[in-house]
Amino acid sequence: MTAAWRRLKPTALALIVPLLLLAFWQMATANQWTRLIPTPYQVAEYMVDFAWGGIYDDAYSATLLTHLLASMSRVYGGFALAAMFALPIGLLIGRIPAARMVLDPFLQLMRPIPVTAWLPLSMILFGLGAKSAFALVCLGAFYPILLNTVFGVRSVDPKLFEAASMLGCKGNAQFFKVVLPAATPSIFTGLRLGLGLAWFVIVVGEMTGVPQGLGAVIMDGRTLSRTELVICGMIVIGVAGYISDRIVVATGNRLLRWSLTHHG
Amino acid sequence: MAEFPIIEIKGVDKVFKLQDQTIHALAGANLTIAKGEFVCLIGASGCGKSTLLRIMAGFEQPTAGEALMWGKPIDGPDPTRGMVFQDYALFPWLSVRDNIGFGPASRGLPRSEVNAIADKFVELVGLQKFASAYPHQLSGGMKQRVAIARVLANDAQLVLMDEPFGALDAMTRERLQDELLEIWERTGLTVVFVTHSIEEAIFLAGRVVVMTPGPGRIESDNALDLPRPRDVASPEFNAIRRALGAKLHSHHGKKAAA
Ligand SMILES: Nc1ncnc2c1ncn2[C@@H]1O[C@H](COP(=O)(O)OP(=O)(O)OP(=O)(O)O)[C@@H](O)[C@H]1O
Ligand SMILES: [Mg+2]
Repeated sequence: MTAAWRRLKPTALALIVPLLLLAFWQMATANQWTRLIPTPYQVAEYMVDFAWGGIYDDAYSATLLTHLLASMSRVYGGFALAAMFALPIGLLIGRIPAARMVLDPFLQLMRPIPVTAWLPLSMILFGLGAKSAFALVCLGAFYPILLNTVFGVRSVDPKLFEAASMLGCKGNAQFFKVVLPAATPSIFTGLRLGLGLAWFVIVVGEMTGVPQGLGAVIMDGRTLSRTELVICGMIVIGVAGYISDRIVVATGNRLLRWSLTHHG
Repeated sequence: MAEFPIIEIKGVDKVFKLQDQTIHALAGANLTIAKGEFVCLIGASGCGKSTLLRIMAGFEQPTAGEALMWGKPIDGPDPTRGMVFQDYALFPWLSVRDNIGFGPASRGLPRSEVNAIADKFVELVGLQKFASAYPHQLSGGMKQRVAIARVLANDAQLVLMDEPFGALDAMTRERLQDELLEIWERTGLTVVFVTHSIEEAIFLAGRVVVMTPGPGRIESDNALDLPRPRDVASPEFNAIRRALGAKLHSHHGKKAAA
């Protein structure tokens, strides 16, 4: 086919499912299969108002950017906090058997507890508001970063240690010259999953009584029975999370050109 | 230095203990290698060739006996003894140039000097066009060239090669054999080369050491004085091939009879 089609093909294919879903949504609301969900057009109109105002002019008009920035600060802040803990702990567990024996059982025990279950305790420990939100997002992002770091450090090809040592790189120098670079693809995968999860748990994180944020908007929408507000919040989280992931993947592809497995 | 050979293996035993069994990988191995020799080790699978090579490299310690280099015990891996692995073991995150410069960089040489050395050895193995490529972009033959250059760039005196060309196609293998001989003749390196192939051993070696399994022993030590370059189709070559083949397979006969 033509060059233009080859360029557009991935986008066209990617749009099939969302468009089908949109058509189904339109059909369902037009035929009144449900009265509780607004039509795509109503949501679109509300989205415009949410972003720029000028249509309904209510409490949420033209506030999208404020809420988005509030959520982004929690997502990236919580994620950075998680990386700050998970990376060193992961390197420690991966490299030092004693650290593994002390920390691993405890961390594995805590792992199945969902972020939602931590919500009440977090509000007691960190109070109502932003600190709790950071803590919950951080918790959500922690495990994928930790587990992938441990995996990356432990699955270095043993031959590479032999190769390094016969070339004169021994002992602790191997940590920086062999372990860290060999583990980067895995660590990167952990960071990517961690950031994805940070977006994933943002609504729970913002159930902690923060006034602003996309999660807060969704919770308000639920309380006020304003489904279009809820759907707008969901769409913005989806799109923001998607863009954030694409940026991470593009960065990864640049930095990890040497790695065959890294083409997301 | 002159009074000691580069490598002496004296009465070396190697026993591996697994949970439920002990494996005698080597029993009473004796081998002396002089500087500048090209020695091939051949033998059936499991006869301890890799183990012997790994003891020379310092990756393994003998259970009994001594492994000496220049008369001093080998007590760990060292840049004077470079290993070329069958599966290359290149650092996938480093370019060809940086893989080759890994040893000099580890010695703490300044960046400019490391690059100069790396470029020299990139050229030696003919990979100028691929200097900034990553290992996954190279063919098997190119990867093995990098592995050889990486050891040479580090001023190794002894190059230990464990079936280095085993995974390559016949044509690539022949080219690399020629190149290796050329480098060996030019540099005066000492090479210990493990192979499964009698032809490869006879083509390359000044001495062929035949090993037999169960437990791993050195069966015979055969000096070859065929002139180089060797012609694999010549009657002399074939005579040696037959003689070595008989030694290599003799223990099968004994086993079958027992
Ligand atoms: N690290 C190890 N732990 C336990 N057993 C080992 C270890 N390394 C080698 N062996 C055993 O020692 C014996 C000799 O192995 P080695 O790898 O030296 O044989 P090889 O002659 O190189 O064989 P091949 O031609 O198949 O490579 C084998 O029985 C092997 O199973
Ligand atoms: Mg072997």
